[in-house]
Amino acid sequence: MTSMQTAENADIAIDIDNLSIHFGSGEDLVKAVDQVSFKIPAKQSFGLVGESGSGKSTILRALAGLNTHCGGQMLLAGEALQNERSKAFYKKVQMVFQDPYASLHPRHTIDKILAEPLAIHGLDNAERRISEVMEQVALPTKFRFRYPHQLSGGQRQRVAIARALILEPKILLLDEPTSALDVSIQAEILNLLNRLRDELSLTYLLVSHDLGVVSYMCEQIAVMQHGKLVELLEVDEHGESHAQHPYTVQLNLASKGYDREVIGQFIDHD
Amino acid sequence: MSDLPNSDQLLHIDNLNVEFPSVHGPVQAVRNVSFSMGREKIAIVGESGSGKSQTGRAILGLSPGNVTADKLVFDGTDLQTLSMRDYREIRGKRISMVMQDPKYSLNPVMKVGKQMIEACQVQMKISKKDAHTRCMDMLEAVRIRDPKRVFNAYPHEVSGGMGQRIMIAMMLLSSPDLLIADEPTSALDVTVQLQVLAIMDDLVKERGMGLILISHDLPLVASFCDRILVMYAGRIVEEIGASELDQAKHPYTRGLLSCLPSNASKGQPLATLQRQESWLNSSLDAEGNLV
Amino acid sequence: MTELKSWLLAENPDSRAQASLGRAYLGWRRFFCNPLAMIGFVIVTALLLMAIFAPYIAPEGITSGLTGAELKEHRFQPPSAEHWFGTDGQANDIFSRIVMGSRITLIIVGIVIFTAPILGFIIGTVSGYFGGWIDVVLMRITDVFLAFPKLVLALALAAALGRGLESAIFAIAITSWPAYARLARAETLTIRKTDYLAAARLQGAGHWRLISGHIMPLCLSSLIVRVTLDMAGIILTAAGLGFLGLGAQPPTPEWGAMIAEGRDYILSYWWLATFPGLAIFVVALGFNFLGDGLRDVLDPKSGGQH
Repeated sequence: MTSMQTAENADIAIDIDNLSIHFGSGEDLVKAVDQVSFKIPAKQSFGLVGESGSGKSTILRALAGLNTHCGGQMLLAGEALQNERSKAFYKKVQMVFQDPYASLHPRHTIDKILAEPLAIHGLDNAERRISEVMEQVALPTKFRFRYPHQLSGGQRQRVAIARALILEPKILLLDEPTSALDVSIQAEILNLLNRLRDELSLTYLLVSHDLGVVSYMCEQIAVMQHGKLVELLEVDEHGESHAQHPYTVQLNLASKGYDREVIGQFIDHD
Repeated sequence: MSDLPNSDQLLHIDNLNVEFPSVHGPVQAVRNVSFSMGREKIAIVGESGSGKSQTGRAILGLSPGNVTADKLVFDGTDLQTLSMRDYREIRGKRISMVMQDPKYSLNPVMKVGKQMIEACQVQMKISKKDAHTRCMDMLEAVRIRDPKRVFNAYPHEVSGGMGQRIMIAMMLLSSPDLLIADEPTSALDVTVQLQVLAIMDDLVKERGMGLILISHDLPLVASFCDRILVMYAGRIVEEIGASELDQAKHPYTRGLLSCLPSNASKGQPLATLQRQESWLNSSLDAEGNLV
Repeated sequence: MTELKSWLLAENPDSRAQASLGRAYLGWRRFFCNPLAMIGFVIVTALLLMAIFAPYIAPEGITSGLTGAELKEHRFQPPSAEHWFGTDGQANDIFSRIVMGSRITLIIVGIVIFTAPILGFIIGTVSGYFGGWIDVVLMRITDVFLAFPKLVLALALAAALGRGLESAIFAIAITSWPAYARLARAETLTIRKTDYLAAARLQGAGHWRLISGHIMPLCLSSLIVRVTLDMAGIILTAAGLGFLGLGAQPPTPEWGAMIAEGRDYILSYWWLATFPGLAIFVVALGFNFLGDGLRDVLDPKSGGQH
């Protein structure tokens, strides 16, 4: 029994157990995340979808240690996370942000951006690691000493991914990694993320408002609304998920495009 | 496209160019754009930097760049010969624009109602009382359930979708003939986005307005508009009926469609767009070949 | 030359050094295109050179050493070929005194630059970065210092420490750092919540690394601009203290003290006060122009992007 349990747990990369995150207090109390639980098996892609304010990004930031949680627990490979993260944690978990125009330090060259994590963790072989990781994300070496403003949005997002990968983490938290990009660039970045996942055996937690992106990328999807997890979906090999919950059904319909009659039947879930 | 004035023709543009000066010489944001439209819904679609927004601004006379055109005719009026004052008059009353983010279009320290009444009075020169009635009517027209509350709210007290509805209500105060909407719903959640589009759709139909929807979202505009103009590098590379989008000829249009994750099969890499030098200057002939 | 230029402007630099030199060159070029900034730059450079080579430039010492009949003969000489700016009541050559005085001005500027802004910068970034009670404590201390009127504090310090240049500099430094702390804090607050800082935190960067490696470089440019613009004010305050007799004491050729000496004779011997006054005016203006030019080059809101 115990041996089986540990074997099972070893395959769970992230275990979110009854997580609650509240902001403010008294009358202004906002339950940004309300008793949410899900498990992410290692080497899987797990999608969190929902509209703005649904709490999906809050969960991601709490996992990364950027928010403190106030109820339940988060387990990483079976180990409960404390509010204070250790350096070792950041070698295992890294994050890619939504807006590549805001997530790179404007005064640092690409070289400096990539060297910084290595310096923080006192790793040697910086030269080799930097050129290796730039190759992994298909960034030409000529960009190495450029500043972020000299790169396009897609190239910047590649730099952000390279920065996340340079510490060789096992888990990547992806916060709407393509929503600030054009669709053609989005395709390139999604392909890159899929390739990297296969090559490096990564586990992804992907937050997005785009059901199409999440269905394409992920094996499992959690649908969130007003801080609550409303439905957990398995995505089959055709990218189909069989939603039951009315909110998810409506979200599904909405992502199919504009249809005046369908919209007339939309329910406001405010 | 005949040169004779056509009563159905609301807007006729011939050879529109917008140029910006820069240290490396002039940059052409819009190149030789020509199209005409009646009271219909057309979409201008393209990726960032394709010149779609600049085209919209040029029509409104709001482009900061250097605008030239062989023809820029709105409902029989040559927009190029207008004085600043007359242009302003047209902009307020006959052509309106809805911007991407309502947060930046509304004055944050003034109540929504006061802003609407002010706009109403400036544009229509009617009494405050009439303006008030009209504003409430418009808020109801954009299906705001509690117009009184919204009327007395500050912009930060309303949600994004509500804010955009308010903007649309303001733009419709003077019953314009043409509405230019520049990414009006990109900042909104997908269901809200559709609801806002539905409101615009109904209003356009009821009032017989023309609508130019500027967007980056090809599948969305295809399900919403009558006709689509696809822009690439400042040029219209393809003009196509929305229902015929799946028969698009231009490799760019097809590339845009095929790189969508919802059109791909899981596990297979997404098709990526290989941009060709030749797209910059070639155009489609009648058979759909690039020449 | 063109080779060097293309190396500096290379779109794909080959090394760290080339990237930062190229960036510096772009800033330098923009600086050169701004005529006012160049005027400021020339004035400040001239002041610097004048101070370095003062003993070689000044035709006479700061005091004439004359007494008795000779003093009577040579004092209050109007400007002439011999004494360009005339002589004062002690028959000292005013031109020489102004040249030598540039050293004092630079000493004041130098000491203030290396104390107040650095102190304010550290306090401001730390306060803005940590927030919470650290912020409250540091900012209330800052408020206390902001509440002191500069001149009154200087008067008190002069009374406590004795009159002299040192107390003047000390008084200026102690009253001017809070402004920099406020500026640095405000800048820090705007970048504290940015994604690139969150990203650095997610790499495991400690507080000091974040402050010194990520926040400070971004606040530095606006601080440099502010300090340069404030230099004029600092020079004027120092001169004002000298004028009130609280700063440098005679016969030190401090410009403000020189004006004070000339005050009594302003109607009969105008050159005594006029030339030191002009010197202060030109140098203050020079620092202002320089600061404006630097703002165009360094300010992260307008510059730094191209």
